[in-house]
Amino acid sequence: MVAVQTYGLKKHYGDTKALDGLDLEVQRGSVFGLLGPNGAGKTTAVKVMTTLARPTAGTAIVDGINVSENPKAVRSRIGLTGQYAAVEERLTGQENLELVGRYFHYSKASQKARAAELLEMFDLVDAASRPAKTYSGGMRRRLDIAMSLVARPSILFLDEPTTGLDPRSRIAMWDFIAKLGDEGTTVLLTTQYLEEADVLAEKIAVIDSGLKIAEGTSDQLKDQIGGDRVRVSIVKRENIAKAREAIASLTMGVVEQDPESPLTLSAPIRAGERVVPEMIRALDAAGVDVADVEVRRPTLDDVFLTLTGHQAEPQESVEEARL
Amino acid sequence: MTSVQSTSGPDLITPVPNSQSKPFSGLLNDVVAMTRRNLLRLFRTPQVIVFATIQPVIFVLLFNFVFGGSVQFAPGIEYIDFLIPGILVQTSLFAAGNTAIGLTDDLQKGAIDRFRSLPMHHSAVLIGRTNADALRAALTMTIVCVVGFVIGFRTSHFSGLVLGVLLAIFLSYAFNWVFAAFALYVKDPEAAQAGAFLPVFPLVFAASTFAPVDNMPGWLQPFADNQPVTVTVDAVRALTQGTPAGADVLASMGYSAAIMAIAIPIATRKFKRS
Repeated sequence: MVAVQTYGLKKHYGDTKALDGLDLEVQRGSVFGLLGPNGAGKTTAVKVMTTLARPTAGTAIVDGINVSENPKAVRSRIGLTGQYAAVEERLTGQENLELVGRYFHYSKASQKARAAELLEMFDLVDAASRPAKTYSGGMRRRLDIAMSLVARPSILFLDEPTTGLDPRSRIAMWDFIAKLGDEGTTVLLTTQYLEEADVLAEKIAVIDSGLKIAEGTSDQLKDQIGGDRVRVSIVKRENIAKAREAIASLTMGVVEQDPESPLTLSAPIRAGERVVPEMIRALDAAGVDVADVEVRRPTLDDVFLTLTGHQAEPQESVEEARL
Repeated sequence: MTSVQSTSGPDLITPVPNSQSKPFSGLLNDVVAMTRRNLLRLFRTPQVIVFATIQPVIFVLLFNFVFGGSVQFAPGIEYIDFLIPGILVQTSLFAAGNTAIGLTDDLQKGAIDRFRSLPMHHSAVLIGRTNADALRAALTMTIVCVVGFVIGFRTSHFSGLVLGVLLAIFLSYAFNWVFAAFALYVKDPEAAQAGAFLPVFPLVFAASTFAPVDNMPGWLQPFADNQPVTVTVDAVRALTQGTPAGADVLASMGYSAAIMAIAIPIATRKFKRS
């Protein structure tokens, strides 16, 4: 069953085409990743799907309801956690959750009961009676997500849930989001990090300039852009031909010599496959001394370079250097 | 949807009967919830409370003791009796600036986006904001009256004072909407803070708030004599002194109503569109 569907969704702000005909399909009960750099249109897409912005053209169907025709009905079925943790800093975690319950006209007892459940689920019981301004960035985000789950929405929208978090909090947040997915909540999350989409999302849509440029599971995407690459550095230059021969059968394409380092070879390998030990054995058997073997996973930059020919993040310093 | 319900742990996807059976028809409920939210925030912010209480007290004391002795006013009225109605109305305008600050803060911190994603009446966001700020102004005005009484303010018409305060709150409420609209256009808290007080100062000072308009230069008098602050101050003064107040009361209410008639649709439309 489809939870969210958009056809030819457009949102123009003056001359800026934030969305330029986006087609998405999110299956119910799945975690869907919308991957793209800053300014790709991720937040705009979320805003349109959550009724915060009206589409210039196209259709968005959320939980079977057209967002343009009946935004209010959509709002009672979704939860939204925006990019900024929209918690009331001076209120405690508990009060924040109860307040949302009040917006939904819950009785005092229901407010308390639901708050207690969510505090438990998001590991905030110990911090429940502290003002949210004393929370760490990760705790705030968790509280924010908990707040958007008060009314048990069927679809949860998370706009860049880990942006600005330190690596440890990010990984902790992944656990919470994964848990939501496991429990059957449909989650649509946006992210700038391929790794994040990789870990959390069953299906990923890559967007750029308001358009979907690729879609699939993370393995499909990686294969599409050439997957992982291995870099082998050897000790003696005269062994380079032997080394190339030894690893050729374990790679997926052309073995290239690094133009900047004549002792290094690089080649694409299948995503997620553990070829490194075999490669080292093969090189050893061929009598080649190995200095270093490194597997490089593709990043969002690689995805973008391959799919669009430009990098994900605008790199001004590079542009300036070229001038 | 029901096929994937979890068997362990809190269930996330079952719709709450509570939320379904009450289809958010109660605008009043939403307004009460939003007003309470804003008041709760307010009372948890010590610097705001200090500003809302200490600042008018300072104004009362400063104006009374600095100007009270040296300026000659209309005979038959003590300066403190002249001043308190002025401070009440000044308070109502200064308080309105907070609507702009509070609303831009909510916009920037994502609170407004959250409200807009909830199935509540969206007009409750602005009504709750302006309500809370009007209640805050009422609190400040009460403090002004108490301090006034302590340092010698007297009125023989207590009901007139109550009516006067209500009149000032009504004006404050109207300006809350002006600043709500302003906030929705500027969006930035710092710009709101700076911009909100620009129109407030000439309105408050080029008026009968602290000194009689008759002593002002001729070119200023037509404005100073007829603008909403002056008519409201004059109305409150007449109400507390027991002199005929009818025309000024009506003029003040007319101003407030007219301001709201313009500001509420602008603010509401901007809120819905942005």
